[in-house]
Parts: sequence; C-alpha cells; structure tokens
Amino acid sequence: MRVKVFITPKAGILDPQGKAVEHALAALGFTGVASVRVGKYLELELATASAGEAARTASTMCEQLLANTLIEDYRVEVEGA
Amino acid sequence: MKWGVVTFPGSLDDRDAAWALGLLGQEVVQLWHKDRGLKGVDCVVLPGGFSYGDYLRCGAMARFAPVMESVARFAHEGGLVLGICNGFQILCEARLLPGALTRNAGLAFVCEPVWVRVDNPACRLTRLTTAGQLLRLPIKHGEGRYVAPAEQLREMKQRGQVVLRYAAGDGQLTSAANPNGSIDWIAGVANETFNVFGLMPHPEHAVEEALGGRDGATLLRSLATS
Amino acid sequence: MSQDAVALPGEPMVDLALAQAQGLSAQEYRLIERLLGRTPTWTELGVFAVMWSEHCSYKSSRRLLAQFKSTNRRVVQGMGENAGAVAIGGGFLVVFKIESHNHPSFVEPYQGAATGVGGIVRDIFAMGARPIASLNSLKFGDLDHPHTRHLLRGVVGGIGGYGNCVGIPTVGGEVSFDSAYQDNILVNAFCLGLAREGELQSAKARGVGNPVLYVGSATGRDGIHGASLLASAEFGADRDKRPTVQVGDPFTEKLLIEACLEAVGTGAVVALQDMGAAGLTSSSSEMAARGQLGIELDLDRLPLRESNLTPYEMLLSESQERMLIVAERGREGEIQAVFEKWDLHAVKIGELSAERRFRVRYRGQLVADLPVGALADEAPAYDRPAHPIIPPPAPAPVQPRPTPAQALCRLLDWPTVASKRWVFRQYDSLVQSNTVVGPGSDAAVIRIKGLERALALSVDSNPRACARDPYLGAIAAVCEAARNVACVGARPLAISDCLNYGNPERAGVMWQFARGVAGIRDAAAALDTPVISGNVSFYNETHGRAIPPTPTIAMVGLFDGPARPLEPWFKVPGEAIVLLRSGEPRLAASEFQALFGGGDELGPIDLARERALLELLVTLHARGLISSAHDVAEGGLAVTLAEACFNPNGLLGARVALPASGEPWEQLFGEGPSSVIVSLPMARLATVLELAANASLLARPIGEVVALPRLVVEPGIDEAVDALRGIYEGALPRRLT
Repeated sequence: MRVKVFITPKAGILDPQGKAVEHALAALGFTGVASVRVGKYLELELATASAGEAARTASTMCEQLLANTLIEDYRVEVEGA
Repeated sequence: MKWGVVTFPGSLDDRDAAWALGLLGQEVVQLWHKDRGLKGVDCVVLPGGFSYGDYLRCGAMARFAPVMESVARFAHEGGLVLGICNGFQILCEARLLPGALTRNAGLAFVCEPVWVRVDNPACRLTRLTTAGQLLRLPIKHGEGRYVAPAEQLREMKQRGQVVLRYAAGDGQLTSAANPNGSIDWIAGVANETFNVFGLMPHPEHAVEEALGGRDGATLLRSLATS
Repeated sequence: MSQDAVALPGEPMVDLALAQAQGLSAQEYRLIERLLGRTPTWTELGVFAVMWSEHCSYKSSRRLLAQFKSTNRRVVQGMGENAGAVAIGGGFLVVFKIESHNHPSFVEPYQGAATGVGGIVRDIFAMGARPIASLNSLKFGDLDHPHTRHLLRGVVGGIGGYGNCVGIPTVGGEVSFDSAYQDNILVNAFCLGLAREGELQSAKARGVGNPVLYVGSATGRDGIHGASLLASAEFGADRDKRPTVQVGDPFTEKLLIEACLEAVGTGAVVALQDMGAAGLTSSSSEMAARGQLGIELDLDRLPLRESNLTPYEMLLSESQERMLIVAERGREGEIQAVFEKWDLHAVKIGELSAERRFRVRYRGQLVADLPVGALADEAPAYDRPAHPIIPPPAPAPVQPRPTPAQALCRLLDWPTVASKRWVFRQYDSLVQSNTVVGPGSDAAVIRIKGLERALALSVDSNPRACARDPYLGAIAAVCEAARNVACVGARPLAISDCLNYGNPERAGVMWQFARGVAGIRDAAAALDTPVISGNVSFYNETHGRAIPPTPTIAMVGLFDGPARPLEPWFKVPGEAIVLLRSGEPRLAASEFQALFGGGDELGPIDLARERALLELLVTLHARGLISSAHDVAEGGLAVTLAEACFNPNGLLGARVALPASGEPWEQLFGEGPSSVIVSLPMARLATVLELAANASLLARPIGEVVALPRLVVEPGIDEAVDALRGIYEGALPRRLT
C-alpha cells in the first residue's frame, strides 16, 4: 500500500526557504503570492493491505523519525483510500 | 579524563576532535556507532560532520544508532556529553538537549570565524572562562539556526542553560554578528542538569595558534578539568 | 581468439549510420570491423563509441601530451596512473590531479560540479592516498546575466555540498567572469591526497584468475553516454541534455573513502580503479590493459538500482561512487568484510584472464568480446591538422579615459578581481585540521601532521594572454601558479594541468592546443616543476564559437622548513614596500585592457628570470627578511597595493610613488610580466635589493606602509582604504543578493 507523507515547517517557525521561493516567484512576475512554505514529500510502499494500518504505521514513523515534531507538522495520506 | 569520540557513518570532525584532545594531553578512544559500550569513558563527544549525509534532517538518523542508547543512558545518569555542530544536532534530535537546529536563515553553508560570548561561565564547559568573555571560534554549517519554543526558551535562560551566544567583537548582540539567524543569538546550550552540552562552533578547530587560535582549547580544558 | 558475441533481442542492427550517430567516424567504424573481423553488436558498439570518444581516449591530444617531462628525482609516479605522486620527505607522498567537468556543469550546475568533485576525489583515493585538500578553477560568463548567476550559485553550491559532506577542505581556487565563457563555463576540480612511500596503490591489474570486485553504490541509468556525449560535443541546438547528467551522493563517497583506504591497508588489494567516465567499461578495460591482461565480467552479478537495465546500460552507466578492485585470489573475503563494515556493496563480478580480451556475459550469453588493447592504449590517436589563428587587434582605448582612481575602483568592483568571499565561505576549509592558510590568499597552505614542512597550493590560468598568444599565455599561467606558491614562501614542486580548449577538429583550435602544450612543457622544464598528471577538455564551444585557450595549472609547492607562511598583507607601519619584477609591465591581456582598451601586445617571458624570482622569494622567506609578499595579478599593481592594505587585523595604508615617465597605465594596471610586492623593515632594504640585483631582477623601493589607512599612489590615487575594501568585498554580494 502506498502512503504519501507531507512534512511542513510548523507555523511560527521561520521558513527561509519559503521566503526565498516567494521572492523568486515575485521576481518572475507572479503577483498575488501571499506566502510560500517549503516542506518535504515522502512516498512509502508498505507491506499491508489495510489502509488503517498503513496510516497508523506511517504516523508512528513520522512521530519517531520522519518528522521532528518540535518544528514540523506532518500529514499522512493513504493512496486510494 | 578519558574521552570517547563517536564515529557515525559520515562523521568528519571525529578525527579532528581526537587530534585536538590528544594535543591537550587527553586520553581518547574511538566509539563506533554500532557499538553498545562506551569503553568506560568520562566524556562522550559527538563530533561535527554530515552523519548519514544529513539526509532527512541533520542528526535525525544518527540519533538511532546503537551507540546512542548507551549515550542517552550515560547522560541520564549524569555522564558528561559534548555535542559539536552535527553532534549538537544529534543531541537535540535525541531530546537530550532542548530545541532544534534548522537551516541557516541565509540558506547557504557558512564557514568563517566568529566571536562567541560566554553567558554562563559557571558550568563545566566554561569554568575556565569569565562572564562576557569573547572566544574566537570557527563555524562551518548549513543548518545552525537554533530554535526553541518561547516558553522553553524563557525557562532555559532563567536556569542559565544558554551558555554561549554569537556576538560582535565588542560583545554586542548585533544582527551582523548572528551568522545563521539563531533565536537569541544562541550558539551553545546545556541541559537542565548541566552535564550535556551542545554548541555549533568548533572548539576542536581552535586549539593551535597557527591554525586559528587557542580559544577552543579553553572550552575543552574546562571540561577536562571539571 | 575472438568468440562471437551475440546480439540481444530488441537491440538495433549495427551499421555505419548507427555508429556515426554514436559519435564514431566512418574511418573508426571500419577500423572496428577490421579489428573484430565482424560487425560489432549494439553493446560492443556502445563500448567502442565511449572508449574511443575524445574524453576517454584522448585521441586528439595523446601524441602532443607525450612531450611533457613528467619526472624528476622527487616524482614517484608520473602520468599513467589515476594521478601523479611526488615525494615530500619524511616518507610522505603527495598524490594530486586536476580534472574538468565543464559540460555537465553547464547542463546541471549543482550536480555537474558536485560529481566533478566526486570524480577527482576518487582518482586520489584510488591511489591509496587520503584526500586532504581541494581547490577549483571556475570560469563563468558575464555576471550581469541572470543565467550566469544561476550557474554560479549552482556550481558553488554543488562544490560545497559535495566537498563539505565528503570531509575534504576546499582551501583555494580562482573564479573569473568573462562573456567568452557565456555558453561554455569551465569547472576544473583539483584534489590532493597524502600517502606513505611504498604504499601507493596501483591500478594495474595483476594475476590471472584474481577476482574483480565491484564496490560502492548500485548501478542505475545515470549519465548513459555522459562522457562521450557531453564532453565530446559542442553545445548546439539540442540544449536539453538533462537526462544524461549524473547525480552524486557524497555520503556514500565518504564511506567509500574510508572503506577503500581500510581495504588497501589489508594488503589484499592488487589494483584499485574508480568508475568514472564510461563507468564499468573504462575502469575494467583500463585496469586490464595496464597489466597486459584480459578481463571477464558477469553482468548478472552487478548490484542494480533500477530494474531492466540492458547490458549496454550496465556497461556504460556513470552511476557515481563506485570502484573496481582486483583482489588477491583467496583474500577477497577480507576486502568484503571491510566494505560490509561500512555498509557498502562488495560483489565479485569477474576475474582476470590471460588472454587480452574484454569479455562480458549476461544471462549466460557472451554479449561483448573485444580486444582490450584496442579499447585502451591502442585506441586511435590522431595528429590533427593545426593552423595558426591571428587574434583580433587589441581593443582601442575607450573614451573618455578614466582617472587612475576611477580605474582602481572599477577594477576592485569587477567580479573577476573582487573578493571571492561570497564563494569560499560556502566551503568548509577547515576539516581535517590542516589548514594554515585558507582561501583568500595567494596560495593555500596545508600542514602535514608528522612532517615539519607544509604544502602550498595554487591554481591559475591566463586565458586573456592565451588568446593573444597561446604559447606565451600557457607559460604565463605556469609562472603565475609557481609565483603564487612562492609568495607564501614555498618552493614550487610539480604541476597538474587541465587543458580546456574548443573543437580540436578545427585547425585553429588544434594549433592553440599544440602551442599551449609546448608552453607548459617549456615552462615546467625551466622551473623544474614536472607535469605529473592532468586532463584535457575539448569541445568547449557553442555554435562554432570557442572559449579562449584556457590551460589551467595547479601548482603544488613545499616549504623548505617550518617557518610561518607569508601573508599578502602589509604588517607594520614604516616598513618599506619593494616591487620585484622580472620585466617591464605591459597592459596586454590585463583586466584593465578588457575594460578600458588600449595597450600593446604581450612581451616575451624570460624563464630564467622567472625562476630567479621564485628562488628569491623562497630565500627571502627562509631568511626571514620580509614581512609580506603579494603577487601582482588581475587588476595590476594598484589593485595589489589596495589588497595589501586590507589586513584583517586592522587596515593599513601605503604611500607609493611610481616613476614619472609616460602614462601611468602600464605601471598601475599592467599584469605582466611577473611582479610581486613585498614589505620589509627598512633595515633589511639594502640586503633585499642586493639579493634581487644578484638575481638580475628589477627591484625598486616604491614607498612605505603607513598607519593611516589611505592608499596614496602618485600619480593619481588617494583613497580611503576602508572605502576601497567596501567596494572589493561588496562587489559579488551586491550582484548576488
């Protein structure tokens, strides 16, 4: 089962990459960009047929390793579920 | 004092830490990341470098190395632990130190000498220094911006856990003196029980006059004689 | 005996047209058919196409490069292995080489530069030497161009990203900007390693039946035809070459360094070779050819990162961070245990054979059976036609002429001249605790633990001079590299050269190349700095417009004793400033001429005087007679004097008076021939002037260091040093932020 994991900087944490991208977009002429946050996207192929189990496993992985919960938020999405 | 310098896959300044400690007459052994024992050392050093390539997050994977179980236990029992640069990052990921290190505000890797001010001269890392003393130490990192939640930061400052701060040559906390955007100019911290220390600057690269000065030796000797 | 290799189902039929599409000429294809006695298979054609590419075979340059004197009493290994090696005393050897990665860096700047660093580093530890220092020479187009800024950021990011992660300090280099490189940037990467005498690792296969081990990363589709396609072709209409660029993993490279050095330490490694351009094919065939043996490979054993790779792809993949090891039969287990400790693949994929064939099997079938010699040292070599190119006349003086002060400020702001701190602060220059002098000086200085003498390193080039005269320009580059090393007080020892030129199939370019090689040959001989390694990069041109001839010289020097290196900055107010020259200054090929026009042609270079100047500098340093030395380079004397005032411990000033004859331009802004400014206590002046006179060098006291930080050069310059430094330090940041 494929699980998509989205990891983003917590609101309130300075995101210098996001700011840099925001400026670059403005420089390219894209007006109306209120803000940009840059995060990480992971794809996990898990050996389970249960969507619920896949989501739980992925969340535990996020808590332990994939995200630093002090400074990052995470969201888990099971493909097709 | 017997020192143990941990080598993770990708550690770089482990040899430099061992070299510097050797110059200071210290007994040093290597601790391999897959080992479980700490060889009876008095101080564990987590060195600088790019453990696990800094992949995912700096220090995120190193904190799960087998040796870290022993390091954590050692720390909880009051053992002396020093994390330098990547080592500081690992200690934060392992929650042995508060806060986190994030990408430099300027986004680029920076290698240059900086002034660091001693804001707590009474702990084991700084006992040979005086309050407000300025040390010349090199930094070389891309993810050195220290962050911590406001409440935690308040408590840390109250307890004196903010040990070292980036400063200008006259000791002032100017924006130009902050090389990476660290909150409150924080360069080095201690845990609540003052036996675990982490700093982004590299004391092991400031122990020889001809190679950048000897201010780093002051910190290492502070620990050695503590 | 040639066995018949089989064509695999789905592979295209091989004919002349297909061969030409792969970059082979009709003549080369016919030669292949004659060598095999049959038509090659698709896989075999791919092997020839890449091994006979310019980048791998050096077919246009080999014969000329043989002119280099590659040995002297200190050289332990000249050209012929992965890198050269020189003895420096105390049982230590330095192993070094410079290499280009120009085309990949233009296509994908971060990864191109990163993998360039990775490649040169592997050449060093393939010799059993621990890499201890890196330098690089970068040439970009006009910095006002957004694309140039994009390339600069990417290349510097890639060099830092890879070099920092792999734990090798980047301690120096050069960066310049000129529209001539707009569509063809140059990224030349240098690496130096340390080895012990008697422990140099060879890449010569030995011992029939010895196993061949593949170690490092798994194989994917990276850079299929990267070497032959990118490095052997100009950039033309088809700009989208992105899929063939390799991606580097410096973390794995760091593990590979440790594992390989540890494996070499077991004594069970017979030969070690990195898989660089043309991957498995070049490494295996070259190792076998050097040892006059053959090699049998079984592709089924290859660690793969992707499924469904064809034998063609497996053989030609340029996946990074892989090495090939020939082990002592029976001892491969020891080697594999080392790699397992470092969590790296170490798989037996073949063995050495007596018959000098390159044989490859896949799924039980023989997919390639080729003569080893033909792939390696017996590949074609050409004497391409050469015809002189007359350069365009020197640019007319731009009106109105600037004042000397205006010219100085403009030059300090000029990206080629200005401070490169924006670049080098992105590099870790401290790791390994050996850096005595890092980036920003005339040369880097690396101490050797266990030896009381340090090394000095510099990398230099002079494309402006080469464009006027490719012979004199090459000599100038060698002299400059030697001079930079001597300016910190070290004795120049040996050279590695990276020769960057246009399309060698054009007679003018071939002439430039031949003249450049001759210049390096003559300068290296005169200075007793043999060329122990190097690299050639051809086809640096776009739409028929070639780069100026750009031979880049990496110079390694050695201090005679433990004395502290000299720094470029003035130290003490009241000290004398003396200008040492090997000839009268000219504006030809200077940055001033490029900006403001005017000036004449290059003058001759007196190599005996050049050598005398180097000896003098080494003597002055060894005897403690001078306080500072700074080479007069881009921007000329005025810029050099300004830089010498930028003492980081406290700005100083200078009061200088130049002879009142004629226009000041040559004296203030001329860049050749060789000049150095030194500062010294007044009490030593007579001795220094006498030593210079004995060496037939021009030595002129031109002024003194003063405490008040103003630079006063009569005629025409009276500026606050602080303001000058602001321009110098701000030039790159203000264009890049």
